Amino acid sequence: MYKYIIRRILVFIPMLFALTIIVFGLAKAAPGDALTGQQLADPKVNPEVYEQQREALGLNDPIPVQYWNWLSSAAQGDFGKSLVFNGRSVAELIESRVANTLYLGLFSLFITIIVAIPIGIYSARKPYSLLDYAATGFGFLGLAIPNFFFGLIAIYFLAINLGWFPAQGTLSGPGVEGFAAFVDRIHHMVLPGITLGLAGTATYMRYMRSEVLDVLGSDYIRTAKAKGMSDQNVLYKHTLRNALIPIITLMGFEIGVLLSGAVITEQVFQYPGLGTLFISSVTNRDFPVVMAITLILGILILIGNLLADIFYSIIDPRIRYD
Amino acid sequence: MQPNPQETLSTQPELSPKNNQAKSKSPLKLAMGRFLKNKMAVISVIFLVVIVLVCLLAPLFTNQDPVETDLFQIEKSPSEEHILGTNGTGQDNFARLLYGGRISLLVGFSAMFFTLTIGILLGSLAGYYGGKVDSIIMRAADIMLMLPFLVLTLTIIAILDNITIPIFVTIIAVTSWPNLTRIIRGTYLSLREQEFILGARAIGARDFRIILRHFIPNAIGPIIVNATLMMASYIIIESALSFIGFGIPQPTPTWGNMLSEAMNVRILRDHPEAWIPPGIAIFVTVLAINFIGDGLRDAFDPKSKQR
Repeated sequence: MYKYIIRRILVFIPMLFALTIIVFGLAKAAPGDALTGQQLADPKVNPEVYEQQREALGLNDPIPVQYWNWLSSAAQGDFGKSLVFNGRSVAELIESRVANTLYLGLFSLFITIIVAIPIGIYSARKPYSLLDYAATGFGFLGLAIPNFFFGLIAIYFLAINLGWFPAQGTLSGPGVEGFAAFVDRIHHMVLPGITLGLAGTATYMRYMRSEVLDVLGSDYIRTAKAKGMSDQNVLYKHTLRNALIPIITLMGFEIGVLLSGAVITEQVFQYPGLGTLFISSVTNRDFPVVMAITLILGILILIGNLLADIFYSIIDPRIRYD
Repeated sequence: MQPNPQETLSTQPELSPKNNQAKSKSPLKLAMGRFLKNKMAVISVIFLVVIVLVCLLAPLFTNQDPVETDLFQIEKSPSEEHILGTNGTGQDNFARLLYGGRISLLVGFSAMFFTLTIGILLGSLAGYYGGKVDSIIMRAADIMLMLPFLVLTLTIIAILDNITIPIFVTIIAVTSWPNLTRIIRGTYLSLREQEFILGARAIGARDFRIILRHFIPNAIGPIIVNATLMMASYIIIESALSFIGFGIPQPTPTWGNMLSEAMNVRILRDHPEAWIPPGIAIFVTVLAINFIGDGLRDAFDPKSKQR
């Protein structure tokens, strides 16, 4: 198993390099460079001054040299300066947003899990029951409704008309502190969290149902029941352990979907996370920020896939590695 | 059109209906038979046909122009003239809903078609030839899948700056071929070792012919199912990108463009009739396509029904 994990990590490294090359390639394909922002902000300065600075910064170097310089500074968290936000550093901008996105993602994953897994299990144990049909129906609806439309509807009914939840932002005001701030944060995350988690909930529910059904139909469950094991024990000791494996793997691979969803959801709720920063940067053609976020999200997905693989190998000892 | 009896007789007499019945049914026909028994799927097909027809025959249902602006009629509530009111630039919402459906469906369909072309081409190359070709294509697919689809698409759209419908469709196809390619390659790998392929090779059939006549027909099930589900997801992607302002540029009406009006709090709050209908339109269209996709999956792979 350790051999497998090490080999998996070794595959991770070239993938990471490939990712950086793509992001660098996109950055080079984009118009403008690190000085364009300053040049636009201060057009009176003689263009030659910028040419000299470009030379000094190595922007006229051969592409491989530039790539290496970019990579080594990116590895140290230096993504250059934003072209738009008065030359604030990209790292600083991202730092101010990344925690919000993380909270939102975890919160929505939490909702997804506590809703999808119990319902999926119930559906599988009592197939063709009323709740099973309701869950199947919900699965179809959840996958067909665009999450931003769901978000708009949630804002319209639950925030504007009923006033139960705030429609946007993360905090009601600067005065809130301590535990009240925590509650307030959660309160602000309810609608975006549900919106972001909707499609995932539908997906996990279907998966969970079919996995549990699969396991329940297997011979070792029949044996366990024949031994006189109680239903509870069969469920917790045998069924869930095996049925959860694909779910955990799915979670690792679904990180990309979650992050893509977060970009749209944050925009609907004007939630100050990486998604809104990404969209405003794309709108303003603020390429250093765009590239940094692309790179970070790509790395997160790679790590998600890696962890899913490793976790899979730990939780399921049946898997043999050649 | 009635075929000329003489012609039918002279060219292919063996294909007359009598002889055909004696033959066993082809897998495709069997699948179609199973599909037609699935009520939800058949209802969805009818429903989708109705949606497509209403969008195509839009001029029959409204005499308003979807792009013409009327600055005296901005954000009007529904009236007899404007059934769903007007938007922020005084365009008729109902006309935009119908004409927008054309664009949304067209984008979904052509992006699906384009992705299918790339996917079948690359999947066939990888699955048929294997070896180096296979590993190059599959590594490229792995790399493409590393980036969140939406982020990659948005970055490319930002770089290209000037987006038209063909460019938009191309971007979607170019960023989303890996999944389909993987599926097709997987199907091919299991076919490759079978005897009838060996037989075809032995009688000297050329690669192209083997792919066209043996591989693709045998992989048609997964291809059709995935193409259907892809079209549904592309309709959502178009609407999501248009919603955040990076899809088909205004004033071209699309369902996503109509929904983007709801980013304005005033319209969101006071004019639900402007943004709820396009949202529902996307929702029911995607729902219908998904039902069809599920029906096709069950039809092509009866074993999957047990789940």
